[in-house]
Amino acid sequence: MNSISLSIDEIRNLLSQIPDPEIPVITIADLGILREISIQDNTCIISITPTYSGCPAMKMIEDEIIKKFRENGVENVKINMVYHPAWTTDWINDEAKEKLRIYGIAPPEKSTVNKSSLMSETKEIACPQCRSKNTEMISQFGSTACKALYRCKDCKEAFDYFKCI
Amino acid sequence: MTTQEALFNYCLRLADNHLILGHRLSELCSKGPVLEEDIACTNISLDLIGQANALLQYAASIENNGRNEDDLAFLRHERHFYNSLLSEQPNRDFAFTMVKQFLIDAFNYYLFDELKKSKDLTISALTTKGHKEITYHLRHSSTWIDRLGLGTDESNLRTQNAINELWRFTDDMFVMDEVDKMLITDGIATDLNIIKTKWQNTVNGAFEKANLKIPEKVWMQYGSKQGKHTEHLGFLLAEMQHLHRAYPGVKW
Ligand SMILES: [Zn+2]
Repeated sequence: MNSISLSIDEIRNLLSQIPDPEIPVITIADLGILREISIQDNTCIISITPTYSGCPAMKMIEDEIIKKFRENGVENVKINMVYHPAWTTDWINDEAKEKLRIYGIAPPEKSTVNKSSLMSETKEIACPQCRSKNTEMISQFGSTACKALYRCKDCKEAFDYFKCI
Repeated sequence: MTTQEALFNYCLRLADNHLILGHRLSELCSKGPVLEEDIACTNISLDLIGQANALLQYAASIENNGRNEDDLAFLRHERHFYNSLLSEQPNRDFAFTMVKQFLIDAFNYYLFDELKKSKDLTISALTTKGHKEITYHLRHSSTWIDRLGLGTDESNLRTQNAINELWRFTDDMFVMDEVDKMLITDGIATDLNIIKTKWQNTVNGAFEKANLKIPEKVWMQYGSKQGKHTEHLGFLLAEMQHLHRAYPGVKW
């Protein structure tokens, strides 16, 4: 029997409020970082997966999860880092994609990291400000590994594009 | 040698390639030729060090002897590192940095693609994830091979010089020994001859397109899989390991 006062659903609701440290308009649940919640031997086991292998936000997310539990009187928490299945931008739901766009980040198109697109990015990326597709890539890597830097040739704004992976 | 020992060694090879190349790229932080490249190189560095971290964690769990990933990264000596000779070469000019990066990105791209099928589930998971990131790395460095090769006479010359100097370290990446043989039999590791054919096709194609030539009659250098390195690795480790050795157990 476990003495943790929260149900799995309550825990899920609680952790779903934690914003991504780098993109605070979406949560770790929106991004698909939060994978699994279970209770074993009076301990909450939370499985999370990194977006990118070197994502520096993971440590902060772990700390936020532990803090959230502590605020609700739960001390026995174990964080489990999982790598399978590998994180994909396909896990970001439509609602979260719209939040990204409003925030000024062009949301990811459907995942196309495959051999046919190895040497070039052929997709048309819409400007998150004016929605024009008359845009060009400035750099494959933007402010973080998960984003590329684009420029809109109509409204002249530079913007981040959340790369599909 | 037991399978466990072979697997430990194999994980170190994969991890060290990434760790050392990642460290080299991190040297460009705040020193990139333009702001966008500074950011790109450090982001790629972060991917590589992140992948190395997970691989070293796995290596430590296989060894099961009280060492963790930090001990493996910061407390091993030069002769116990198994990264390729190519990965430890200094950055020098940007053409040199990108030629080195391209040759290794193409190697990693095909190696990790094969290792997705590994019967070792952790290696399969880590390489499946890593391969997605490496795809972007290869796209970045191959774009630069094109731009530098087809740019000005000066950029073509410097890129060609880099290829001429670095080519002697390329065969070292494909050396196989009893570690590989043992793990290939178990369906864990990949036959590097298969990787070499794919790698050669990609490299030949990219260089030909960019008006660059592979040098002939090069005296190849070997040794990384026995922990025998060029003089550059020792200096790199001195810098990379300094903090951890000077302040054992230090935390941010
Ligand atoms: Zn626009």
